[in-house]
Amino acid sequence: MIVTLAIVRQRNLFGVVVLAGVYSFLMASVLMVYDAVDVAMTEAAVGAGVSTVLLLAALHLTKAREYPQARPAAIPLLVALGVGAALIWATYDLPAFGLAETPINQHVVPYYIENARKDMLVGNLVAAILADYRGFDTLGEVTVVFTAGIGVLLLLKGRGPRSTSRGIPPGDGGTA
Amino acid sequence: MKHDLILRIGVRLMIPFMLLFALYVQLHGDYGPGGGFQAGVITAGAVIIYALIYGIEEAQRVVPRRLVEFLVPLGVLIYAGTGVVGLLYGQNFLDYSVLSADAPHGRERGILFVEAGVLVTVSSTMVALFYAFSERGR
Repeated sequence: MIVTLAIVRQRNLFGVVVLAGVYSFLMASVLMVYDAVDVAMTEAAVGAGVSTVLLLAALHLTKAREYPQARPAAIPLLVALGVGAALIWATYDLPAFGLAETPINQHVVPYYIENARKDMLVGNLVAAILADYRGFDTLGEVTVVFTAGIGVLLLLKGRGPRSTSRGIPPGDGGTA
Repeated sequence: MKHDLILRIGVRLMIPFMLLFALYVQLHGDYGPGGGFQAGVITAGAVIIYALIYGIEEAQRVVPRRLVEFLVPLGVLIYAGTGVVGLLYGQNFLDYSVLSADAPHGRERGILFVEAGVLVTVSSTMVALFYAFSERGR
């Protein structure tokens, strides 16, 4: 929470990137506490590790300071507060965390827990669900990573004749 | 950072263990926490830290950019191809039970292949992005 506020208040983008890494590590610890080791591992590796490095590399292309805003943004703040309040209000309709009688714990999860080990001889239930029962979703996820990567690569390499004809010097990385 | 002795030696000591740990996370993902995504990111991390300390040219001598950009779609193809094998044997798409004589072993093997595809795509995408950013900056 404090880290988030610090991120918002920080004008130096280098500080923002480092604080975002700190935030990711804190989230990873929270996920560890919830026994979601797989997700915690991903958060620590992706959120704190690689994304910090990539953001620093992106910072290398742009200026390291954010321009101060001319006037306080009242309407965005109101919208953000309103949406946040609505979401918090909606959480009161959710069942208590970890309750056994909820649909999410009643529908397919018992089947997975019962059958995963004898269906595919795999000890880690998360791997069994991700790669087998929900294999199609994971294929989609990999495709998302692939598409996003291709998109960014195209953006970063796209210094064809179009950008030079408009008088932007090719080395100007401000658009990235 | 090329001339910092401590960083150079420290990274040189760390990278083998990082790659080994990535391999462990990848192959042991069936039994412990981990899998293709995590292992891919750790692998990419090893390459990126090498590039950070030893310079991007040195890293591209080890892991050429063309190879990385070839691997990005290859991982998706490995994943989807594993699914297509199921189709060819007359089962559903991504039904791995045909990959071995009995269904449970086949599904275990299918998970292995699929995770390998995830590893290839995730790690090469991360490295390709890092290369693209750092080359653009020069």
